[in-house]
Amino acid sequence: MLTLHCPYCGVNADETELDAGGEAHIKRHGPGSDDNQFHDYLFTRENPKGVHLERWRHAAGCGKWFHAARCTATLEVFGTYPAQVYEPPQDIKDAISAKRPGWSWREFE
Amino acid sequence: MSDPVSAPVSAMNHASYVGIARVEETGLQGMITLRGDLSSATLGKAIKAATGQGVPDVRRVAVDGDSGACWMSPDELLLLVPYAEVEAKLAALNETLKGEHALAVNVSDARAVFRVSNGPAREVMAKLAPVDLSPGAFEPGEIRRTRLAQVAGAIWMEEDGAFRVICFRSVADYVFKLLSVAAQPGSEVGVF
Repeated sequence: MLTLHCPYCGVNADETELDAGGEAHIKRHGPGSDDNQFHDYLFTRENPKGVHLERWRHAAGCGKWFHAARCTATLEVFGTYPAQVYEPPQDIKDAISAKRPGWSWREFE
Repeated sequence: MSDPVSAPVSAMNHASYVGIARVEETGLQGMITLRGDLSSATLGKAIKAATGQGVPDVRRVAVDGDSGACWMSPDELLLLVPYAEVEAKLAALNETLKGEHALAVNVSDARAVFRVSNGPAREVMAKLAPVDLSPGAFEPGEIRRTRLAQVAGAIWMEEDGAFRVICFRSVADYVFKLLSVAAQPGSEVGVF
């Protein structure tokens, strides 16, 4: 079972307290963008075997959204970080690099 | 139902159960949900005036009798006030918070409050919530919003080792039965 550290209330929350929110760091392509960009924004998702960045919500707890970096193959969690960022903070990137050298996920590495 | 029109009744009307621990619904409790910037001095002043308590730290409660403040999330508190005074306290709160980006709502009749005491209360609660309730990991004065079997709830520990449980009124009957089953005689686990 997955246990994620909620960066807001500081508890190690059990998966049953959380809601999965899909892929993290999706850039919205709205007015002014072309059909392909809008299509990708709506439908195109990563499906990696390995490092993945996701959104989670501490639904039964403080109710806040946060981000998690984890491995889809081993369920290893590299770290969690607040939702108010456009990319994973450096310490999260470092934690992933320590375990998965040479990793990349979309434009991040 | 001698006076069906005017007398407010709590969700379980003081129902109680005694097994390895005592489970009781504590009756009517004034509750105000307050959202806003918890670091704001004006908010702190308003909370002090309403409950006599300061702004609690992350996952802490500051409760004395039926007055107090519970941390709910980074921008939300649950204020406890005597049931009879809730409207007056709310009006005073809104007066103090004028101009602040904050919202205070009376949720007294939307919640139910239980107390689990007299016995291995830690054990009874640990059967229901995915929370480390071992001594040292969860101590008096700490609050945890979590899941009680299938519904949302908030639990905190009082100085004497008893637990307070708050849930939605609509699931009060479910939570009372949950707590009663978790406290039934012979169900000691003896893990703590």
